[in-house]
Amino acid sequence: MSFVVARDIFLSYLNRPILERVNLSVEEGEFISIVGASGCGKSTFLRLLLAQEQPTRGEIRVAGADPAREPGLDRGVVFQRYSVFPHMTVRENIAAGESFRTTWGRFFGSERRGALARADATLARIGLDHVAGQYPATLSGGMQQRLAIGQALTAKPRILLLDEPFGALDPGTRLSMHDFLQDLRAETGMTVFMVTHDLEEGFKLGDRVLVFDKPRWDPTDPSAYGATITYDFDARDGGIPFQRIEEDTHVLRPA
Amino acid sequence: MRLINRKPGISMSAILVGLPFVLVLIAYAVGSDIRLSENPSDKLLPAPSTILSTAERLFTEPDRRSEKILLWHDTAASLRRLVLGVGISAALATVLGLMIGLLPHVRSTLAGFVAVLSMVPPLAVLPILFIVFGLGETSKIVLIVVGILPFLIRDLSARVLEIPREMIVKAETLGASTWVIAIRVALPQILPRLIQAVRLSLGPAWLFLIAAEAIASEQGLGYRIFLVRRFLAMDVILTYVIWITLLAFLMDLALRSLSRRLFPWTEASL
Repeated sequence: MSFVVARDIFLSYLNRPILERVNLSVEEGEFISIVGASGCGKSTFLRLLLAQEQPTRGEIRVAGADPAREPGLDRGVVFQRYSVFPHMTVRENIAAGESFRTTWGRFFGSERRGALARADATLARIGLDHVAGQYPATLSGGMQQRLAIGQALTAKPRILLLDEPFGALDPGTRLSMHDFLQDLRAETGMTVFMVTHDLEEGFKLGDRVLVFDKPRWDPTDPSAYGATITYDFDARDGGIPFQRIEEDTHVLRPA
Repeated sequence: MRLINRKPGISMSAILVGLPFVLVLIAYAVGSDIRLSENPSDKLLPAPSTILSTAERLFTEPDRRSEKILLWHDTAASLRRLVLGVGISAALATVLGLMIGLLPHVRSTLAGFVAVLSMVPPLAVLPILFIVFGLGETSKIVLIVVGILPFLIRDLSARVLEIPREMIVKAETLGASTWVIAIRVALPQILPRLIQAVRLSLGPAWLFLIAAEAIASEQGLGYRIFLVRRFLAMDVILTYVIWITLLAFLMDLALRSLSRRLFPWTEASL
């Protein structure tokens, strides 16, 4: 059985269908990009994966476990904004990834020193060690998102969910964030779901690109039908996963 | 140039800040002078010099009968009531605000109730408080609590609800329990707001304190003002009023600098 299985997901808000007949199975370690028009339910699907919301019908299982009823340690998440805690320093934000699961939400004594030392190691790896003592509000958008990703990974989740994580960043920062994310992925082999409205980003980072769209469309009542996965594209090797072409074909590939 | 774009310089702002105070002082001095020149024994607007000498006497000379400096005793009694009332309110409001903001069941139960409760005019229930809690300290402290607690609860629970859902979800994915989210995510973020709300409620707190003291008390700043009113001792009343204003202003200042010292992250930004 696959690592993440979504079976026959339906979701409606007050009789208004948002998602219908979504089926998906994902192997461990795959990077899934989710694209689609605004309001096609791609972020909603991510919230279902996160267990922040429950599907009206169907179920999502991770690693064969029972469907989760609320967000937990097995799912890490990074949103476009508000993913770090403004009242904690950068170092404490990373340490929170370990300490929040304890009774008091913080470490004391030698445990605390150990956690802060590990946090410093993480910060050095994600290139934020020079701002360890600062508050997130003093950081640029890219640094805040790097911190958010580092914080999520500190909790060692089974799957990482990214909801337009680079949507608010400028193009240059976005490119360096792509490298950052690819490096981290190569290191951890984590299963990642990323919602994006940037097609190029989706194809560049993803092993698979899922397109959410409404296959049925009533022009007199656009909200009559929900969206589903209309296309599941294998994006490995620049979109040519099965053939190994020896000669240089000058095929335009994402950088 | 538009008026909205004209800004005073540093020295000009200093002058403008002082201007209304100086104008009020001058107006008072002139008014007092006119009345005193007509009738030297007029008590309504005592000369500023009279007020000064009265103030000096009140702050330094002990009362002949009790041999205590009454002003300091009144201040101590009033501040004790005020600090207790505001402190109890702040503590209760923090706990209830967190619970209403974070727990949907508590929110459904209490949010409407608190909204209705905050419409009850506190002074209208003062007689009930005197009957239930007696004329001692309790009823005065309870009046302050009744007066400002609903406002504090509504303000703090609203602030908890304003915390972005993303942040709460993020904490959940880091394995935080409801308790940890309350003390590590929500509480630190509403504490600056708590201090701000307490600053705003100090005005009403003084109002309720003085009202309670005026009606039934044996000491306290409000009690003294309403006592000497019978003798038309305007110099004493004015000294007390200025003293209360100064105390309230200093409290506000202290809370503001406390907030800045304790929560540097609220001002940290590029």
